[in-house]
Amino acid sequence: MNEVERLPRFTRTERAVHWVHATAFVILLASGLCLYLPSLAEAVGRRPLLKNIHIYTALAWAVALVLVVVAGDRRALRATAREIDVFDADDRAWLRGRRPAPQGRLNAGQKLNAVITAAFAVLFAVTGVLLWYGERDTRFRFAQTILIHDWLMYVAFFLFVGHLYLALIHPKTRHALNGMTRGWVDRGWAVEHHRKWVDALDARRES
Amino acid sequence: MSLEHVDSARPDQRPYGRRAFLGLLAGGLSSFFWAPAASNVLSPLTSAFSQLVGNVFPVGGWRIYTISGSMPLFDEKSWRLDISGLVRRPASLTYRDVLALPRAEQVSTFHCVTGWTVKDVRWAGVRFRDLLRLVDPLPQAKAIEFVSAEHPYTDSLTLQQALLPDVMLAVEMDRAPLSRPHGAPARVVIPEMYGYKGVKWLESMRLVDEQPTGYWENLGYDQNAWVGRSNGA
Repeated sequence: MNEVERLPRFTRTERAVHWVHATAFVILLASGLCLYLPSLAEAVGRRPLLKNIHIYTALAWAVALVLVVVAGDRRALRATAREIDVFDADDRAWLRGRRPAPQGRLNAGQKLNAVITAAFAVLFAVTGVLLWYGERDTRFRFAQTILIHDWLMYVAFFLFVGHLYLALIHPKTRHALNGMTRGWVDRGWAVEHHRKWVDALDARRES
Repeated sequence: MSLEHVDSARPDQRPYGRRAFLGLLAGGLSSFFWAPAASNVLSPLTSAFSQLVGNVFPVGGWRIYTISGSMPLFDEKSWRLDISGLVRRPASLTYRDVLALPRAEQVSTFHCVTGWTVKDVRWAGVRFRDLLRLVDPLPQAKAIEFVSAEHPYTDSLTLQQALLPDVMLAVEMDRAPLSRPHGAPARVVIPEMYGYKGVKWLESMRLVDEQPTGYWENLGYDQNAWVGRSNGA
């Protein structure tokens, strides 16, 4: 077994879901901050345009997600959802900071991140639709909506910064980016970070 | 999704992912009920934080809403406040003319129709009584239409509303001349109504016999935007 063997980590469908989210999030964050921060609002101006960008990006995000699910590998997505759902004893140990805690294809932190991202996507969408629709129909206007949308943004922003750090900067973890861009990771890296996954792949290959 | 994928031979496997997902959803959606309380608890923290970082974050809870490509720029030399319509002596006031009028001050709470509130805003400016005295309205004048330099933003108040004791044309906010995002050099302040009635970047006032609909009213918002008693509240 040679050191630079490549292991396929993420399917095309999984990567499509990731990049649909990532692209939409960046555009929504940038346009949202220009609407939200007085200093940026003054410097950038063009509020009606930014508002349209924000709203139509959100719409495109939802449509793109549906398209990925319709056109993509739904079995793979279901398998991924199941994988994210299950936390075993090692995952719980990993979350408590105990080591060694051999991890599967997704470590416990990645599972948790996926769960939070999914829940936040729903909450962002619900509050966003209420903000948008509440502008023309007072029955859908609630004082709290904008507050909740903002709080979600603050939490999501820090998660995003942490995610970028691990994916782009931290030397031990940034190889993972390759899995999300080209789909594969080096076996040597995977053995170190996702031991149980590599063992399962090997077991499947042998049987 | 069923629980079949939780391997019965692996009793240490737990469906924590879905629990966390549903928990977050429940927490997020229930916050429609507890967010105001939480925000009250957190607001000293957030306002201290926003003072710390200055104008980078929404200072003291202000958000700036505009409807056009960029905020109007105030040039003291060319700026005029035109007051016309049903008046005996139309006027065109310079910034100095406005400052020369009797100065009024007040501390009031600002309510936005979208749900945010800024408490204890210190305004200084002039009362409409003093402005109207300059132009001498005709008896048939019933309302004032305010025209913003941010076209096509307009709104209006009845004369009765404009003459309420805490209504003013503000030129200062929190002891400084009105900044550009807040409507420099002059904006309408009416604390008992939602902020969209407070026209910013004011460039003219027109006295009329019938109250016209303003920018947001054309989009379905209430003409009489009393805080807590309008716009579905």
